[in-house]
Amino acid sequence: MSYIYYPGCSLKGTGRAYEESLLAVFKALEIHVEELNDWNCCGATSYMSVSELKAFALCARNFALAERQAHETGMTDLVVPCAACYLGLNKALRYLDEYPDIRRKIDEALATADLAYTNHIRIRHPLDVLVNDFDRDRIISRVKRSLAGLKVACYYGCQIVRPYADFDDQENPSSMNTLVRALGAETVDWPLKTRCCGGSLTGTVQDVGQRLSFILLREAIGRGADVIVTACPLCQFNLECYQNEMSRRFDAPVHIPVLYFTQLMGIALGVSDRQLALQRLFVPFKAGSKLQQTAGGQHVGS
Amino acid sequence: MEKWQGWRKIRYESELDPAFASEIASIPGGDKLFNCIQCGTCSGMCPLSPYMDYTPRQIIAMIRAGFKGEVLSSYTTWLCASCYSCTVECPKDIKLTDIMYAAKRLAIREKVYPKRFPIPVLASEFFQSVEGAGRSSEGRLLIRLYLKTNPLNMFRQAMLGLKLLLRGRFSLKKEQVERRDELHRILKSLEKERMVKSKDDLAGVKEAAR
Repeated sequence: MSYIYYPGCSLKGTGRAYEESLLAVFKALEIHVEELNDWNCCGATSYMSVSELKAFALCARNFALAERQAHETGMTDLVVPCAACYLGLNKALRYLDEYPDIRRKIDEALATADLAYTNHIRIRHPLDVLVNDFDRDRIISRVKRSLAGLKVACYYGCQIVRPYADFDDQENPSSMNTLVRALGAETVDWPLKTRCCGGSLTGTVQDVGQRLSFILLREAIGRGADVIVTACPLCQFNLECYQNEMSRRFDAPVHIPVLYFTQLMGIALGVSDRQLALQRLFVPFKAGSKLQQTAGGQHVGS
Repeated sequence: MEKWQGWRKIRYESELDPAFASEIASIPGGDKLFNCIQCGTCSGMCPLSPYMDYTPRQIIAMIRAGFKGEVLSSYTTWLCASCYSCTVECPKDIKLTDIMYAAKRLAIREKVYPKRFPIPVLASEFFQSVEGAGRSSEGRLLIRLYLKTNPLNMFRQAMLGLKLLLRGRFSLKKEQVERRDELHRILKSLEKERMVKSKDDLAGVKEAAR
């Protein structure tokens, strides 16, 4: 199995641990990925707020580059781990398909740089790849350190399932739960798994944005979760990095480790702490907890 | 002299902008706006509606009625975090999130967004940095945002910044694509294109149709 990999800006910055752990896990499972050459930003929500057509053009350049690379290597699927990039690219793909007027303008714009996009690209999320292309039993057979006894809250966030739910159920997605259970862990029933974490509002309008993240954390802790796993760099940042600030602001302690689902997978697959970038996490694993016993986690927060 | 009565709350019909609804409806699939039955599902689904000055349902009604100034200068559209809960649940398939984006773009174009409110500043700064470099440099973006809105906030967040720095998650390095000229040519060719049509653009379309 091989894919073209689109990291996006966050996975090179605050979300570095997502890239590092994803690549380590893919390597352990022998899934081959190759980074898209000279990729550019997907436009995200901010770009869309200023110019929609240019946001589509940014995505279209990535598609054209991916097709060129695909042509050389025979791959057609673009793996996109960041939820915002995943939606941004997916949305552009659909609008180019549905609205000939937009398509014509974008094609003309691409032509000015001798680029072309011919509909031969698919946008895939790593969850989709792991659950649908890779076999669940093959993951189970490679588990070296079982996570039995660990209670996990799986957080999908918004943009993996809304507005398009391509590979999972929109109201009650289960792909991440399936993966986590394959590692031996338990998943807690948590109805807020697709509720908004506040997005960039946690930094811009903090008392509003952070309340949304706070609600998620309180509910996960209340339902007995030991750890939250996410599939989006912004969700991970919001839920983890503002915990001290939220505890003060809303006068109730919220302290729970928040990992990328790939980091949890890596722990079970026996990948080293360093390769999973556990040292980049904020919240230490509680001494004597299942997570700490399995992962060691002496690097966390160091 | 007449006694000060406070800000006038009522609007006369003659003050409304009847073309506003068609401006917003000019985005792809935007004409579904006119199917709204005011059921309020959008406001019920929206995790941010308790913090908004007008709920999403009210915004739709106001767009249709022509309350252009109120809609474009409201906090509502900027508080929309693009979670798409309203869009997927709307029984009339109205793409509310896209309508919020359209209102944001009009507000930026006509410079009527709430002053010093950080969200439109973030959007503009992000836009500029990606337009130039092709990628966003998170560290630089945050610093520019704080300088332009509330520099004091930078000190309040210094501890967080330090913790990120120690974990290798914060950097001031400028991220950029290699073939920037290629990217600039693409973006420049779209300079004059607008997805949300303004009143004048729409009048031109009607003239042409005749």
